[in-house]
Amino acid sequence: MTDPTRTPTSPTARRVGAPAVEGPPRPPARRRLPFSPWHLLLLPVAVVFLLPFAEMFLTSFSPASDITRIPPGFWPSRFTLDGYERLFAESGILRWLGNTVVVSVVSIASHLVLCSLAGYGFARLRFPGRELGFLGILATIMIPSQLLMVPTYVVFAKLGLVNDLGAAIVPWLASAFGIFLMRQFFLSLPAELEEAGRVDGCSRLQVFLLVVLPLARPAMATLAIFTLLGSWNDLVWPLVAINDEQNFTLQLGLTTFQGTRRTDWSLLMAGNVVATVPLIVLFLLAQKQFVATMASAGLKG
Amino acid sequence: MTTYPSPVRPPTPRPVRRRRVPGEALAGWGFVAPALVVVGGLTLFPAVWALVLSFRRWDGFSPQVGVGTQNYRDLFSDPSLLGAALHTVLYTAMFVPASLLLGLTLATALNRRIRFIGFYRTAVFVPFVVSAAATGILTTYLFSPQFGLVNNVLRVLHLPQQGWLEDSGQAMVVITIMSLWGQAAFTTVIYLAALQDVPHETVEAARIDGANSFQVTWRVVWPQLRPVTVFVGVYQTLQALQLFDLVYATTRGGPLEATQTIVYLIWTTAFQQLQFGYGSAIAYALFVVTLAVTVAVTVTQRRAARRTR
Repeated sequence: MTDPTRTPTSPTARRVGAPAVEGPPRPPARRRLPFSPWHLLLLPVAVVFLLPFAEMFLTSFSPASDITRIPPGFWPSRFTLDGYERLFAESGILRWLGNTVVVSVVSIASHLVLCSLAGYGFARLRFPGRELGFLGILATIMIPSQLLMVPTYVVFAKLGLVNDLGAAIVPWLASAFGIFLMRQFFLSLPAELEEAGRVDGCSRLQVFLLVVLPLARPAMATLAIFTLLGSWNDLVWPLVAINDEQNFTLQLGLTTFQGTRRTDWSLLMAGNVVATVPLIVLFLLAQKQFVATMASAGLKG
Repeated sequence: MTTYPSPVRPPTPRPVRRRRVPGEALAGWGFVAPALVVVGGLTLFPAVWALVLSFRRWDGFSPQVGVGTQNYRDLFSDPSLLGAALHTVLYTAMFVPASLLLGLTLATALNRRIRFIGFYRTAVFVPFVVSAAATGILTTYLFSPQFGLVNNVLRVLHLPQQGWLEDSGQAMVVITIMSLWGQAAFTTVIYLAALQDVPHETVEAARIDGANSFQVTWRVVWPQLRPVTVFVGVYQTLQALQLFDLVYATTRGGPLEATQTIVYLIWTTAFQQLQFGYGSAIAYALFVVTLAVTVAVTVTQRRAARRTR
């Protein structure tokens, strides 16, 4: 990436971890029109963006025979759960779902603990080697993941970790980005709060746990969302590290469907629904936080 | 592996006025060491090892053979690498400008108070959470020449049917379209944030001075968005140069290697053909190129910014 220390300041750069976008847009300069011409752009765009989802759900509830209909129809000839029944009967989808949940939960928990500790340490504590350590962390951000695949795979193979679900988890235990994100947040907290805790006789760790962490919830939610999106949707690394179908993650399992079940579209789409719906539901529930998270991803620069 | 977007602009460390407390060094390292060990162990160490491997020939089982710079010299006479590089550049050239334009348009449209704006935003943002694997399966279905929705629409409109992913001339275009579907939210949300940061007073002042909306957009708002555009452009370029997931989930490099990208080639070289050394050399070459692109853009941009100041 760019030189980490000096990049042209983006006007929005200061709000890492803070909700950036969900605030209501500024009131328009003119009076609101009864019908805005922007609908003419936005409505078709929304339809095009949502169509793949509609197709995914409809196909997942279609009988397999629909695929041979000429001409093909958008609406299923009848609604059926056949696709889901075959999915659950013939594949390890529930097991893969479980594996993915385990990977994501462990990744998020570990990210939250390790990155908030390190972020706080780098932001607030003074110790010899701090600058060097932080610079090292920043340097790792520039290293592309493709470079790391081969040696990491070899090390995991030597440790007997390949094929193990643990292999999918280890790279997600902590990240430079997470440390950076948390450090930014802690830097933005007023130091006086902690001074008060110190005066009251708390240790560093107590101040961190009792005073600082409760304030860090927005930043931690952001970090959790990033980690969830990354670990839930990761494909390359599980593909490299896991060969045993028992230990597949959802994404890996889905891609194996494609070769073997290319024609069974209702089953494939049912699999897609299972892999996607948890994140869509979460997105709809926590849309504001999600959007702020996306924004803060761009605001690192 | 971790594919987080990278923080690029650390703030200058705030000077701490506190007295140096004994034991603070221990506490400090206690806080940062666990994460430092994980991140360092998973990046710095493998990165150095990959460099060592790139000067060797190794299939993971037989003894390693030092081959000097042979792997790097092979890069220049490898027809698949040349093809992969061209496809990657083609994808980047289609994806990055389209993504910026789409993001800017959508952000401009979404940045107003009209009815159903929440619905519109949701529609644009929700594909962002869909994985490349699921997107890949959807892509294969929607763009299927026989029963896909896209060809169906063409049929209704009496337009000629297309081969899409099965046509080597069109496959990369389809992948670009679906990448845009999944990634539009990213550029949109960043432009949206930037638009909301444009000082209201400046826009008002321009209007009072008699500027029309086109002039306001072009002369007042756009210059404010330039740094964001450069940043997002660089970021999206780096992402585009690393395209892998969607290719794997749709065409697996086909048809006739038309969608074979650099990272896809790295993966097949290393993990299908078990050429760990040569795979590492390609990965390092890609790293050097992306670094060069980033540095070049940053330097040019900084010069331009200095000129306009």
